[in-house]
Amino acid sequence: MLDLLSGFVTELRRSGLPVSLTEHLDAAEAVKHIPLEDREALKYALAATLVKSSSHWRAFETAFEVFFAVRTGRAGGSEDEEGAAEGDELNGEQSGQGAGQGQRRSWQSGGGGEGMTPEELAEMLFKSLLSADAGLMNMVASNAVDRYAGMEPGRPVGGTYYLYRTLRNLDLDAVLERLMAQAQAGAAGGSLTDLEERLAADEFKARIDKFRRSVETEIRRRLVEDRGVEALARSVRKPLPEDIDVMHATREELATLHRVLQPLSRKLAVRLARKRRHGRKGPLDFRATVRRSLSTGGVPIEPRFRHPRPAKPEIFVIADISGSVASFARFTLHLVYAISSQFSKVRSFVFVDGIDEVTRFFEGVVDPAEAVARINLEADVIWVDGHSDYGHALTEFHRRWGDQVTSRSSVIILGDARNNYHASASWVVEDLQARARRVYWLNPEPRDYWGSGDSIVGEYAAHCDDVVECRTLRQLEHFVGNLA
Amino acid sequence: MSNGNAALGLPESGPPRFESLDAVRGGLAQVGYLADESISGVVYLADRLAKPVLVEGPAGTGKTQLAKSVAELTGARLIRLQCYEGLDESKALYEWNYRKQLLRIQAGEHGKSEEEGPSWSELEEDIFSEDFLLTRPLLEAIRATEPVVLLVDEVDRVELETEALLLEILSEYQVSIPELGTVRATQLPMVFLTSNNTRELSEALKRRCLYLHIDYPDLEREREIVRTKVPGISEELADQVARIVRSLRTLELRKAPSVSETIDWARTLVLLGVETIDAAGAKDTLHILLKYQADIERASKELLSASAS
Repeated sequence: MLDLLSGFVTELRRSGLPVSLTEHLDAAEAVKHIPLEDREALKYALAATLVKSSSHWRAFETAFEVFFAVRTGRAGGSEDEEGAAEGDELNGEQSGQGAGQGQRRSWQSGGGGEGMTPEELAEMLFKSLLSADAGLMNMVASNAVDRYAGMEPGRPVGGTYYLYRTLRNLDLDAVLERLMAQAQAGAAGGSLTDLEERLAADEFKARIDKFRRSVETEIRRRLVEDRGVEALARSVRKPLPEDIDVMHATREELATLHRVLQPLSRKLAVRLARKRRHGRKGPLDFRATVRRSLSTGGVPIEPRFRHPRPAKPEIFVIADISGSVASFARFTLHLVYAISSQFSKVRSFVFVDGIDEVTRFFEGVVDPAEAVARINLEADVIWVDGHSDYGHALTEFHRRWGDQVTSRSSVIILGDARNNYHASASWVVEDLQARARRVYWLNPEPRDYWGSGDSIVGEYAAHCDDVVECRTLRQLEHFVGNLA
Repeated sequence: MSNGNAALGLPESGPPRFESLDAVRGGLAQVGYLADESISGVVYLADRLAKPVLVEGPAGTGKTQLAKSVAELTGARLIRLQCYEGLDESKALYEWNYRKQLLRIQAGEHGKSEEEGPSWSELEEDIFSEDFLLTRPLLEAIRATEPVVLLVDEVDRVELETEALLLEILSEYQVSIPELGTVRATQLPMVFLTSNNTRELSEALKRRCLYLHIDYPDLEREREIVRTKVPGISEELADQVARIVRSLRTLELRKAPSVSETIDWARTLVLLGVETIDAAGAKDTLHILLKYQADIERASKELLSASAS
């Protein structure tokens, strides 16, 4: 157990969770106090001692599923076998055997042996979902994986493809429709009201979600048997939300990022507001000190200071929103506007090869996300062909708004500076630097790629106060935090 | 466990408060708090490992209530420290009673002439004794002889520097007072810290605690909560309430309805004598669940108006 635990802790650390030695010891201590056969209890014991942030929960859960899946399978009393009477022998037999063999054998005995046709399987799935019978659901999941996943032993994959294949064959959307039809038919007054319909739909969606998870667990369990814990852990490891590379994020990862963005921006705003309030003392307030000294006979015992009023900078955000860096620009705009109270003014511009001011979208909007969504639809940023042209966009910016950049403004330019071999017009940046307080360039590409191919970030960098690599939310948060 | 504590100079933890995981869960249910597995598991571990619990989660999911319920279950006194920005040592730990000290000094001067009066060192020892100490929640929890539950509420509101005040008490269950020495706990209090996650807590604090994230409950648990907390509600209505709330939470709202708001809503429905909720009835009372006009509009549009799907 202790070995397994240290393996698990190592895996968590590899995923980026900061697990300290004390926490490891705590976990070891905690495990002593809970019944080991209770897998849920084990999970919460480990979570309570090792994971100290809710955004790390997913990474923990993934690792846990991998590391502690085999044990429950072999213990013979795991929850997925209890309810499923027919699935029992099948699972037991399979886990007893060697990996690859077990898979093929179980495919025969499970799929063929019981003689379940695809129609029967679909019917059982439907029934299990309708009655929300967890045992039956697990059994169907197991059978479906047998039949459809087509797992090949030894392939170094994380199982997403198997999951996709299984679910595609089951066609859950059709099942949902059927469930809804059933609910309609079974309604008391002939048909459901809209509210009831919506509620029923949500209920069935939740059940289908549960089924999907059960399929996922099943696939993962088999993968662990096939390739061992360590290998699989490596394949399924996911970066923490704040470490996801924004430019190459999958759709699912982007959704995760959206979810953490709001709490993140709120935290940032709170932190900055506090920093401002508790900043150093201002200069000596001579008048107030003299006034105060009257009560001590003219001796200035207690000096008074002015309230500090650090200048709030004016921010110009100029963001490339062409396909390659669009999501990055969205996150940055969101974050900057979330803390816009820390700046005297924020003006934002977006460009591809043309440029447009989008400040108006953010005015009077409560949630920056809404405004960011509108930008994509309404901003006028195409000049010729919709490929990034930094040169033209910057020249255009300079012509229309250049004189509004003053010594109180900070200019932030976002983009990968991949200019499709157009002219760079770096004199604009040079001129901006002369006018503005600061000019920053945020590049969402890894530093190693800068200057390769059509990237001309070097030409602009010469005229910027700082060029920052900004690939993850963590880096972005750091930059924005220092800005105010 | 107890041996380890003795070696570390920690007070004896005494007999465990809970027999088993199920005992925690059952006990909490008896005092009207429906815990899920993670909650009861962590409470159980907190007792066995003698560690504080850091509870995080959205507002209104029963974080504070958990501490209250545990206190009620174990028959312990609840000592609560409400955190706020600007909280300092003299409000959280202890303070010397200056007025009383001053009186003591003056009384000494008046009573006797110079030579007879107590020497300065005697006086100093006297005025820095426990008689002149004003205990604040943290010290009170440590010095209590009867069982106590310490609740440090909304710990994320204090500044990062102030967090350090808590560290000694959380890991060693002791408070050091320069003039008096170290006050050790005679019994180990159960400690709960709650946080609404408005800022990241320091690593040092997190490391010393067990971490418990309380999220919105799932359908079954919410239904049970409604049924226990709202007397006289029919099973059917409770089910409907829980399901509507779950659907609301899947919408993208500024503030999802919390458990306490769910309970309020259920109470209102019962008071109004509603048997089953229809779209119109839900619309009229939606403002109890949702606190932003934009959210209410959105929810009525998505959930209650025609052709939702």
